[in-house]
Amino acid sequence: MSNRLSDRILSLRDWVDARFPLTKLWEDNLTKYYAPKNFNFWYYFGSLALLVLVIQVVTGIFLTMNYKPTAETAFASVEYIMRDVNWGWLIRYLHSTGASFFFIVVYLHMFRALLYGSYRGPRELLWLIGMGLFVVLMAEAFMGYLLPWGQMSFWGAQVIISLFGAIPYIGEDLALWIRGDYVVADATLNRFFAFHVIAAPLVLIGLVVLHIVALRSVGSNNPDGIEIKKNKGPDGVPLDGIPFHPYHTVKDLVAMAVFLIIFAAVVFYAPEMGGYALEKDNFTPADPLKTPEHIAPVWYFTPFYAILRAVPDKFIGVLAMGAAIAVLFLLPWLDRSPVKSIRQRGMVFKTALTIFVVSFISLAYLGTVAATPAATLFSRIFSILYFAFFLLMPIYSRWDKTKPVPERVTSK
Amino acid sequence: MSSEEIDDGRRRMLIAATTAMGGVGAAYVATPFILSMHPSARAEAAGAPVEVDVSKLEVGQLMTVEWRGQPVWILRRDEEMLENARSLEPLLRDPNSDELSQQPAYAKNEHRSINPEYMVMIGICTHLGCAPTFRPEVAPIDLGPEWKGGFFCPCHGSSYDLSGRVYAGVPAPTNLVVPPYHFTLSTRLVIGVDPEAV
Repeated sequence: MSNRLSDRILSLRDWVDARFPLTKLWEDNLTKYYAPKNFNFWYYFGSLALLVLVIQVVTGIFLTMNYKPTAETAFASVEYIMRDVNWGWLIRYLHSTGASFFFIVVYLHMFRALLYGSYRGPRELLWLIGMGLFVVLMAEAFMGYLLPWGQMSFWGAQVIISLFGAIPYIGEDLALWIRGDYVVADATLNRFFAFHVIAAPLVLIGLVVLHIVALRSVGSNNPDGIEIKKNKGPDGVPLDGIPFHPYHTVKDLVAMAVFLIIFAAVVFYAPEMGGYALEKDNFTPADPLKTPEHIAPVWYFTPFYAILRAVPDKFIGVLAMGAAIAVLFLLPWLDRSPVKSIRQRGMVFKTALTIFVVSFISLAYLGTVAATPAATLFSRIFSILYFAFFLLMPIYSRWDKTKPVPERVTSK
Repeated sequence: MSSEEIDDGRRRMLIAATTAMGGVGAAYVATPFILSMHPSARAEAAGAPVEVDVSKLEVGQLMTVEWRGQPVWILRRDEEMLENARSLEPLLRDPNSDELSQQPAYAKNEHRSINPEYMVMIGICTHLGCAPTFRPEVAPIDLGPEWKGGFFCPCHGSSYDLSGRVYAGVPAPTNLVVPPYHFTLSTRLVIGVDPEAV
């Protein structure tokens, strides 16, 4: 009996394969896609980002069922979700916590690229598509934050849209066009809802597909920064590669379980993350006539916000903030080191990377506090260090003493 | 010409012409979508003038009215407040209101208003659009001994005097905007319409 059943399943598979490349897709992407065997902790965050994307899409769909995107009803409908909709509080906290965790995971994913030179050739396009994802993700998060229509939603959007007003000549008209009204208003909320639930997610998912297609083509980098495709066995399989499925999928599932434990702990015990993920002022409905005492963006934007505030000139400040993100796109061409991975790099790069991480975290903190003279001074120092890491990279990455690159991956 | 030969130049020209025409078509199709994001007729109509009675406004009192969804401030000032503002001029970026886009011509004067007693301005910081707070007191602890009353923006620390003139060395680039307005009676004014247009 069972034999006949498995025969039937196999013949069904053959029937599909004759009409759709099912087995080919499965093999090319999973069972016959060979990824380096020396992946470490830092290689979890790609698949975790995919997991968070799924969480955001699913919870987002269910939030949309009860959310009402108008200036009169938005705030009340979020409170309705929190109080009256069955399990609405959970779905909303999953979504709001998911947004913060998306950025934690993506920042760690990007840091992995810095550690092991994953942006270097032949992975420049992989990095550029990833940066595109990062920019769309920031737009998605920013537009989503307006939707609860609290004080922080309103004034955060007012400030960020005003950034466009700083562009000479066309700025004011551009800001008016983005808002669709003379101030952030019902029209703005409505269009941000449209972008947040349809336009940006579509682009995001499209870019994720491109990101994975590019990855499957060039193959993953690894902590040793060597190309495993250079050492192939007689069967054409990289000697240092193992099939993505079942080996890496099982490993990633463990990471997902650990991630979800931490995620659930935050959702259930600290969904506001001490006012960093859901800010206090956002529990007050938007009031176009009164700015809250202290405005700060959600934590994942604060490094860039601190750079904006560090510059005393409005337009140059906006330019500096844009440049802080744009410079990341250039990374593959700024790094002139003969090696990729930090394992073969010398003290110069290690010091530079440490200074960069300290600067980024310090800017993230400074972006949350009031603009006192001391905070502004420190923001300026760390902004300079942030840019120095990138702009001096062509010089110091060449200077640096490097170790020889091993032939095969190490099991370290 | 025999059918075997391919005229590459002709083919390239046809491809270029078709692409260009398609591009023009795409631009035409995109236009209504882009224009649909401009303020709608209703949003523009909501920019209708607002009539305000200021007869009950005390000296030193600030009232806020909404015009085009924006907060418009009306501040009643006495001679002392105007004198304080005058003494601040060396600290200001544009004390003479030379930046013409920030006020109508009839408000480009020492006190930036039609009647020196009533200051009318849009309460939106010219830096990034926050609403500054009204700080009329002289020399409060947090703003320092130089402070002689004015407006302080909590977002990024820009400050203005009681005429909405911006201090030098703060993030905001220009003075607060004075909207078009005129008086119909000595204590009744209309925001949104210039005096000449009446």
